[in-house]
Amino acid sequence: MSDFLARHVRKAMQGIADPMRPRLGGLARLLSLGSTSLLAGCHLALFDPKGDIGMQERHLIVLSLGIMLAVVIPVIVLTLFFFWRYRATNTKATYAPEWAHSTRIEVVVWTIPCVIVAFLAVLIWRSTHSLDPYRPLASDVPSVRVQVVALNWKWLFIYPDYGIATVNELVIPARTPIDFELTADSIMNSFFIPRLGSQVYAMAGMQTQLHLVADQPGTYLGQSSAYSGSGFSDMHFQARAIGDADFRQWIEQAKASPLKLSRDAYRSLAEPSHGYEPTEYAAVDPGLFQTVLNQYMPAPKDGQFCGPALPGLRAQASWATAKPVNE
Amino acid sequence: MTTLGFWIYLMSDCLIFAVLFATFAVLVGNTAGGPSGKDLFELPYVLGETVLLLLSSFTFGAGVLGARASRKGQLLLWLGVTFVLGFAFIAMEVHEFGALIHEGAGPGVSAFLSAYFTLVGTHGLHVACGLLWLAVLMHQVVRYGLDGIAQRRLACLSLFWHFLDLIWICVFTFVYLREFL
Amino acid sequence: MLGKLTLDAIPLHEPIIMGTLAVVALLGAALLGAITYFGKWKYLWSEWLTSVDHKRIGVMYIILALVMLLRGFADAIMMRAQQAMAANDAAGYLPPHHYDQIFTAHGVIMIFFVATPLILGLMNVIVPLQIGARDVAFPFLNQLSFWLSAVGAVLVMMSMFVGDFAATGWVAYPPLSELGYSPTVGVDYYIWSLQISGLGTLLTGINLVVTILRMRAPGMDLMKMPVFTWTALITNILIIAVFPVLTATLALLTADRYLGMHFFTNEAGGNAMMYINLIWVWGHPEVYILILPCFGAFSEIIAAFSGKPLFGYTSMVYATSSIGVLSFFVWLHHFFTMGSGANVNAFFGIMTSIISIPTGVKLFNWLFTMFRGRIRYHSATLWTVGFMVSFAIGGMTGVLLAVPGADFVLHNSLFLVAHFHNVIIGGVLFGCLAAISFWFPKVFGFTLDEFWGKVSFWCWQIGFYLAFMPLYVLGFDGMTRRMNHYSNPDWHPWLVVALCGAVVIGAGIVAMFIQFAVSIRHRHAHRDLSGDPWNGRSLEWATSSPAPFYNFAHIPQITSLEQHWEDKVTGRAYSQPDRYEDIHMPRNTGAGFIISMLSLVLCFALVWHIWPLTSASLVAVIVAFLARTYDRDVDYIVPAAEVARIERERYARLWTSVSSLELHPHRAEKAA
Repeated sequence: MSDFLARHVRKAMQGIADPMRPRLGGLARLLSLGSTSLLAGCHLALFDPKGDIGMQERHLIVLSLGIMLAVVIPVIVLTLFFFWRYRATNTKATYAPEWAHSTRIEVVVWTIPCVIVAFLAVLIWRSTHSLDPYRPLASDVPSVRVQVVALNWKWLFIYPDYGIATVNELVIPARTPIDFELTADSIMNSFFIPRLGSQVYAMAGMQTQLHLVADQPGTYLGQSSAYSGSGFSDMHFQARAIGDADFRQWIEQAKASPLKLSRDAYRSLAEPSHGYEPTEYAAVDPGLFQTVLNQYMPAPKDGQFCGPALPGLRAQASWATAKPVNE
Repeated sequence: MTTLGFWIYLMSDCLIFAVLFATFAVLVGNTAGGPSGKDLFELPYVLGETVLLLLSSFTFGAGVLGARASRKGQLLLWLGVTFVLGFAFIAMEVHEFGALIHEGAGPGVSAFLSAYFTLVGTHGLHVACGLLWLAVLMHQVVRYGLDGIAQRRLACLSLFWHFLDLIWICVFTFVYLREFL
Repeated sequence: MLGKLTLDAIPLHEPIIMGTLAVVALLGAALLGAITYFGKWKYLWSEWLTSVDHKRIGVMYIILALVMLLRGFADAIMMRAQQAMAANDAAGYLPPHHYDQIFTAHGVIMIFFVATPLILGLMNVIVPLQIGARDVAFPFLNQLSFWLSAVGAVLVMMSMFVGDFAATGWVAYPPLSELGYSPTVGVDYYIWSLQISGLGTLLTGINLVVTILRMRAPGMDLMKMPVFTWTALITNILIIAVFPVLTATLALLTADRYLGMHFFTNEAGGNAMMYINLIWVWGHPEVYILILPCFGAFSEIIAAFSGKPLFGYTSMVYATSSIGVLSFFVWLHHFFTMGSGANVNAFFGIMTSIISIPTGVKLFNWLFTMFRGRIRYHSATLWTVGFMVSFAIGGMTGVLLAVPGADFVLHNSLFLVAHFHNVIIGGVLFGCLAAISFWFPKVFGFTLDEFWGKVSFWCWQIGFYLAFMPLYVLGFDGMTRRMNHYSNPDWHPWLVVALCGAVVIGAGIVAMFIQFAVSIRHRHAHRDLSGDPWNGRSLEWATSSPAPFYNFAHIPQITSLEQHWEDKVTGRAYSQPDRYEDIHMPRNTGAGFIISMLSLVLCFALVWHIWPLTSASLVAVIVAFLARTYDRDVDYIVPAAEVARIERERYARLWTSVSSLELHPHRAEKAA
């Protein structure tokens, strides 16, 4: 409906603006600016989701807002109306200087919010369970696993099923559920692709999960949405959802990359940097994600365990002097 | 009024300890490959500390009885004994901490030891403040006599001292005794 | 010897900071010069810095807040300007290192050094007057609390010129705030300024709870307490319950940073999630600490200016109390996205939406207070109505954020930023500004200029919607908070509008200061001779304006919830007593100021790891405090004759300049 509206507004604007341009150029520009922002409004990421989770969340937002607006709008209108109606200069309005209690009104004003909240509580209980980020998505298509590591300040994506990895570039097959497993190398971040839906924190020494799906091919902005230090604003990436055939082709292409993500390569990748260029790795050390996850675990006394596997990985010495790599 | 205010202050102090206890409970297992409480604690030694502190609460009570009867000498004597007991408690605790750090089990070794040192140390710091207060109060009683101000402060300090005893009993139970149950 | 402090700590290469330093230095020098020139040092010392009078301490709190508002707003406009410039990943004019400190400082300052002192200042001024007390329970402690808060503010200001401030966000989540990732002194400034001002806040909390519980005038049982005092009581109970948690949490972070411990580190078994839980156990009740007294102020204002008692007083009391209780069961809604299970998230989501029930009831009660009233359009009522509208919106967006499924996409977005500004500006700030315009004459004896007050209101109102509605939109478009620059060009126009809004708000702030200047200039024309300029209802309006230092010559007997109103109706108000009694008052002392200044040295030494100075100043603080306990001359008696003289002057003013009809509006109405 919003697209429909936008199209009509745009048409209308063109109709008005074109003949008047010579005389009312400024006004027309203003109007067309208005219509562009309206158009932009219709394409707001959360109102124009490209994945099922995002769709459900849009529905949830609209429904919750609708329920609440049913009370909030009357309250605002009544506030302004009473404020106007009972102004001191309006001597015609009733004045009840002693009136301060009415059991009937009290019952009503407690009941209304209670009813709304009862509705919301049911909504919250149901939606929180159905939208739980840990809940795998039902689908006929087998899901694709992606392991996400938040580094300072870039995203590492490991595809354990294909043995490849990427940095600051997420490529996924459309219409296929993606099972994300997330952790961070040191500082907490939040992994968020607005057009696909939910975000989840990526925290060092811990593994979180997220399940998303893209319903159609497209390129969507992904970002960190938990502030993590000076390179935080550059922690964005393109999430590309592509068709199955394209995806298989892309895997092959990635496998042809000259780069391999060994532990040494990871160690230098983990050095703090700003604005890292998207990179593809043809191969990944198979235990890398687990190693990153376990790096803060103590070595058990029998020495079997791999940690602290990546000494110097946190690169504290170079912390304060991190520079954009692309300079 | 002052006593009510001080009592409310103690409640807020109690919340600080509540946070420290909660933290300890969360981190007690996180020994990070370092020693656990069972490896480190010597129950008889801690029992000794406990006895000292409990005894000091008792002697403080005796002092308060003296103050009620307006017997300045009795008050000062018992407060003096309380001071010695409290000081001995602190000395034992400092010695215990010193020994742990010497063994390589300092507060920086693991989250468990951080929580342990902070919880027990915060209690110790309170006791040390209590000792300073005790000394100042004794001096003021000598100098100004057992006036209304001294009585009021004695009542507050008494609350404080018994409160610290209570906290210590929790520390003893949840930090030390727990390891050996 | 000087720890980490070297000359490099002064950011000589940063033109913005050096320019600010120059301006601050100039203004400071001008202020000091003016005080010297007019020979006001002695006055300043004996009447203000050493004062234990709750009204003066309250005024100093509010002055502190207004000064810090300027700093916090400067930060705000710099952020808005940066984001309005930094589209398409342009650099803007602030590098991340500087920008990150600014948004951290903005949050810290606005919460701890603007909103909190405003609230504490208002409660300090009004609570004793409303309950018919002569001062708070512990006047010296009150002074100490204020100066400790001021020290916290000074530390934050110092961090701008010597060293840096935290670049971690205002709640300083570890591991980012740990030494490994924030190696400079910024986080240390953050820790010590919050610790010292938090201590001040906690002491005030204890002080006011005891004051309210023990110093009410005879006959004032709890359900005859004015509603502002009720909200103050609940707020101070919350302060006592949660500020120790903040103190402990920051102390653990301090232990990590100073003693190499591992509470919240990644290494050695630390647990950063624990910090996030603890900080919000404090943090969420904190916002209710700020808003509740504002609810109280609005309740008083709307009743006074509608010429009616507050609708549903009992409901209001229960609503306030239940908000206080519920505020402890909602903290997890700050991190639904941490991966807690669906049951936990749903529980906290539902608890959060339950809080909107008592809050909604309050809105309805204000609505029905206006119903069948005679509302005078004073700027205080404008602020109130502005608040009711914006709080309805802010409350709604808050409940939306409490729906975990919605929060999964709105968390940490500009939608969130818009939401809490919606409730904190629209609630706390509007509330405090309304309260200032309402109670100003009680403290200073003259009313504020209405024209500039209304200009300020409209600028704030328009500026607020311009600045924050675009942020809601941006949140829906997936823009996250704290971005130094961004790649999406669609966001740019909205951020330009938001910048314009911030500029309009700036005009509102300027108008507010002009309002103060104009009012002081025309104070003789706006004198409040009756002590009751708004035809008020509660006890504070029964005494003169400005209230005498002893507040009430006779402690009033309470028979009614709206004591002053009842006295006016029955004709008992303004009856001059035949005789007066000696009044027992606390004596001024410099101890609170001195202890706080020594604490400032202590905190500075701790920030910079200057250990010899740390030990010396710690000893000095302890000695100064102990010295105070040896001071036996802490109070004095105001002779009855002196009281009689002051009161005679007051009644002379009252009778000569005001007709008795004006003092008894009810009689006037009946006559008409």
